[in-house]
Amino acid sequence: MDFARTHNAVPIPADAVPFVEIEVFRHDVLQAIAAGGRLLLLTGLSQKNGETRLLAAIADDVQGEIALSSTIVSGAYPALTMDFPAAHHFEREIHEQWGVDPQGHPWLKPVRFPPTGPTIGKADFFRVAGAEIHEVAVGPVHAGIIEPGHFRFNCHGERVIHLEISLGYQHRGIERALQGGPHRGTLHLAETIAGDTTVGHTTAYCQILEGLSGAACSPRARSRRALALELERIANHIGDLGALAGDVGFLPAAAYCGRLRGDALNMTAMFCGSRLGRGWVRPGGIALDPSAETLREFKRRMQDAERDMRNAVGLLWKSSSVRGRFEHIGILTRQAAADLGVVGPAARASGIDRDARRDFPAPLYSERLPAIVVGDAGDVFARAQQRWREIENSIAFIGQALDEPTDGPARSALGGLAPNAVIASIVEGWRGEILHLALTDPAGRFAQYKIVDPSFRNWFALATAMRGQAIMNFPLCNKSFNLSYCGHDL
Amino acid sequence: MFKTLLARARQGYRTAPYPVPDPGLPALFRGRPVLDPAKCVDGCAACVEVCPTDALRVSEAGPELDLGRCIFCGDCVAACAEGAITLSRDWRVAASKREGLVATGDRPLQIDALGRELRRLVGRSLRLRQVSAGGCNGCEVEANALGNVVFDASRFGIDFVASPRHADGVLVTGPVTANMKEALLITYEAIAEPKLVIAAGACAISGGLFRDYQEVSNGVEGLLPVDLYVPGCPPHPLTILDGLLRLLGRL
Repeated sequence: MDFARTHNAVPIPADAVPFVEIEVFRHDVLQAIAAGGRLLLLTGLSQKNGETRLLAAIADDVQGEIALSSTIVSGAYPALTMDFPAAHHFEREIHEQWGVDPQGHPWLKPVRFPPTGPTIGKADFFRVAGAEIHEVAVGPVHAGIIEPGHFRFNCHGERVIHLEISLGYQHRGIERALQGGPHRGTLHLAETIAGDTTVGHTTAYCQILEGLSGAACSPRARSRRALALELERIANHIGDLGALAGDVGFLPAAAYCGRLRGDALNMTAMFCGSRLGRGWVRPGGIALDPSAETLREFKRRMQDAERDMRNAVGLLWKSSSVRGRFEHIGILTRQAAADLGVVGPAARASGIDRDARRDFPAPLYSERLPAIVVGDAGDVFARAQQRWREIENSIAFIGQALDEPTDGPARSALGGLAPNAVIASIVEGWRGEILHLALTDPAGRFAQYKIVDPSFRNWFALATAMRGQAIMNFPLCNKSFNLSYCGHDL
Repeated sequence: MFKTLLARARQGYRTAPYPVPDPGLPALFRGRPVLDPAKCVDGCAACVEVCPTDALRVSEAGPELDLGRCIFCGDCVAACAEGAITLSRDWRVAASKREGLVATGDRPLQIDALGRELRRLVGRSLRLRQVSAGGCNGCEVEANALGNVVFDASRFGIDFVASPRHADGVLVTGPVTANMKEALLITYEAIAEPKLVIAAGACAISGGLFRDYQEVSNGVEGLLPVDLYVPGCPPHPLTILDGLLRLLGRL
């Protein structure tokens, strides 16, 4: 197999990526997957004279390697999806962005409805036939304070036979805007890819810049970044546990966890002024080294928060009414999770031992790693419990990281960016694996910038978990995944 | 049941009083800008050059910062060697007029309370439908936080509702993507008159970072008549709460 191999956030020359015939490309990719590889990315890179260059990135989670290969297609090629379902969303995206037809793909619908394509909402929705079948259409404006998406349920009575999720309402054109950068707005765009994952996406972006400029963050900056990422994980996980409690009408835990999420956000603001971590992670490190006094105050608040979280979440596990609504609901089987290439806590709750913090530890977790847990049942209860166990491990990790003596500047200077290079950056955000991939032009500017939010891989898992469920379980299932709309729509 | 009650006692009363002179925002909080034209050096435009949203302008009267575009990143503060720009810890940055968002010097922002009839209708009970139209989930997180026990907007009679038919107004976040424009306008249409529009966050006010992208409108600019602008990226929950209370004539 002909692949160029690299590591997380380590650039290679663009011309080191092999160019092979489409048959060889398909064969190599499928063989790499069969040998235990995982599809990180399948995307168009450039277009010339009606020919499109496609790039595949395969992860070797055991070796921590990223393998790259590319091909040229003109107009159409035999789709990979039929052999390998995890490619399905990537091939839809290729179809939409590059006008290339992955032949044999069963589901070539728009992904984001960009301005050049068909009008959003005017889609050819999947329909289940039958006299007693009815449809429920929800969104884009749906209940509560939530991002927009369209959900179409084909039901028999209360039972959902199929859920189709149609997104794109949040499409802001971020990838297009990143081309030609970095410019003065690029860092801030990275911070708004998904607002609740500001630290995760900004770290992925900064690792791209640091890799391309050959700069390294100091041990202290790396340790603080890991702290930021784990704190973001805690804030979102505890908030979601509260929201899950709210969805089954268990208000005490909903109220306490809602407050505790706020506490985690306020702790974030101690380091950077923003509850969502805006202005914390910066190219070359972090914006500001926290004072000893800030760290002491943070430790104290974290101890209080941990005690209250344990108390609040403990109520969930002890209440039979909650367990009765969480258990055996919205099961994502291990097989389905593997086939779809699901990532993050949703994958781990289904028994898939996958976590980029361990599999691609550099640059953030080379020295110290949070404990990683894997569940098995794949239901709402498993995903809830997964969140809680990750909170526990993140709190323990932060405690250790703070006690560790580290040195070096908060922020190191960056040089110019390597021209004609390809680099992939992987970060385990709270929803799962975040991938950024950049290709630079001869001037060291972004010729192409690809973002894969974990939601891009996981939305279909939610649709799968809803099959056969009572429709009333949708909010609960949805919250147990809590996927990003804007992270998907970009 | 007993354990639940015990937990209730342990978790304690957490609602933060408001209004208070100092709500305890962190030392690094980036709020209302304070501009000092006396420190500006002639011909210097360092702040203008780094601003990611073109929110700054330097005229003869000194620097002007349009909070409708500002994302409070502080890049201008770092770029100004003279220290002519600082971001204070003042969280009260909402305004009822678009032009009122242009900060000069050290001036608090103005909010004109609703007229007597509207105040009679919604002053003690305001129901809002939130529409995210390309919001990154930053503003949404902070609007959601108004419902938690700490900020507890309900105690002032402010609640978010699911149906626009139940709402007195709409709180918009995001730059209004082309793909959400129709849904936003339909939602607005569905609200019974009289109705309020609140634009929360730089994106909703002006398009923010996404201004002039082909994929978005520039926020609600030219689309909806706005009653309250709440700057920020995202605005702090207290910024939203304070703006709403002033609009309702409650502060």
